[in-house]
Amino acid sequence: MKDKAQLIEDLKEIVKPYIQNQEAFDNINEDTDFINDLKINSANLVDVVLDIEDKYDIEIDNDSMEVMLNVKASLEVIQSKISA
Amino acid sequence: MKQNGSPVLSYPSMAENTSDKMTSREIIERLPYASPFLFVDEITAVDESSIVGHYTYHKDLDFYKGHFKNNPITPGVILTETMAQIGLVAYGIYMTKDDTIDKDKINIAMTSTAIDFFLPVMPSEKVTVRSYKEYFRFNKLKCRVEMYNQENKLVCRGTISGMIKSQQ
Repeated sequence: MKDKAQLIEDLKEIVKPYIQNQEAFDNINEDTDFINDLKINSANLVDVVLDIEDKYDIEIDNDSMEVMLNVKASLEVIQSKISA
Repeated sequence: MKQNGSPVLSYPSMAENTSDKMTSREIIERLPYASPFLFVDEITAVDESSIVGHYTYHKDLDFYKGHFKNNPITPGVILTETMAQIGLVAYGIYMTKDDTIDKDKINIAMTSTAIDFFLPVMPSEKVTVRSYKEYFRFNKLKCRVEMYNQENKLVCRGTISGMIKSQQ
């Protein structure tokens, strides 16, 4: 089981191509919001979720996708899926 | 132009469409465009993995008067628009055919394009657009799209994405 710090590092790598705010990206943490802080648009958020699926070999449904708007919620979804 | 291996749509003039496939006319009728900004003449094939359609740029189209002065060439943005109307919007209408209640209400917003251009398209040329689905998930349709001229030479190609939501 990966620890939280490692998961955040993974997530940082995944969102990197889509971010529009370098400072927020450099300071990424659990409270970072994908849309408001990193300025990722909703279309690219889909790519982030698809990349997360590939990275952890998990399937994310519509309900989970809708809450994955920040680092914290995404970590929760990832952790619940990989331990399922 | 019919692509090998792709299912061919019944023509609009044929008897009432009883299969679950949409006809070319049914798709085009649901496009949210009209003249002078409709750039789809016919959809010739469509299935879960790709769509093929074509359009002929009439020599009297207004933009030829200014692009360029005394040297009419179809603008790249119009080629891109044609690729998007066939490869993203018409395709999106087909992909959501089963979950629209009010068939006229569909929201499509183009979110990104990355196109490379190889050959110019002159007035009166007929082009064929082929679009291959990369994925359609969480309302985002992403496609690899190619345009060919009548000599079947590659005019432009790239990727186009959009968010597609049917209003319910």
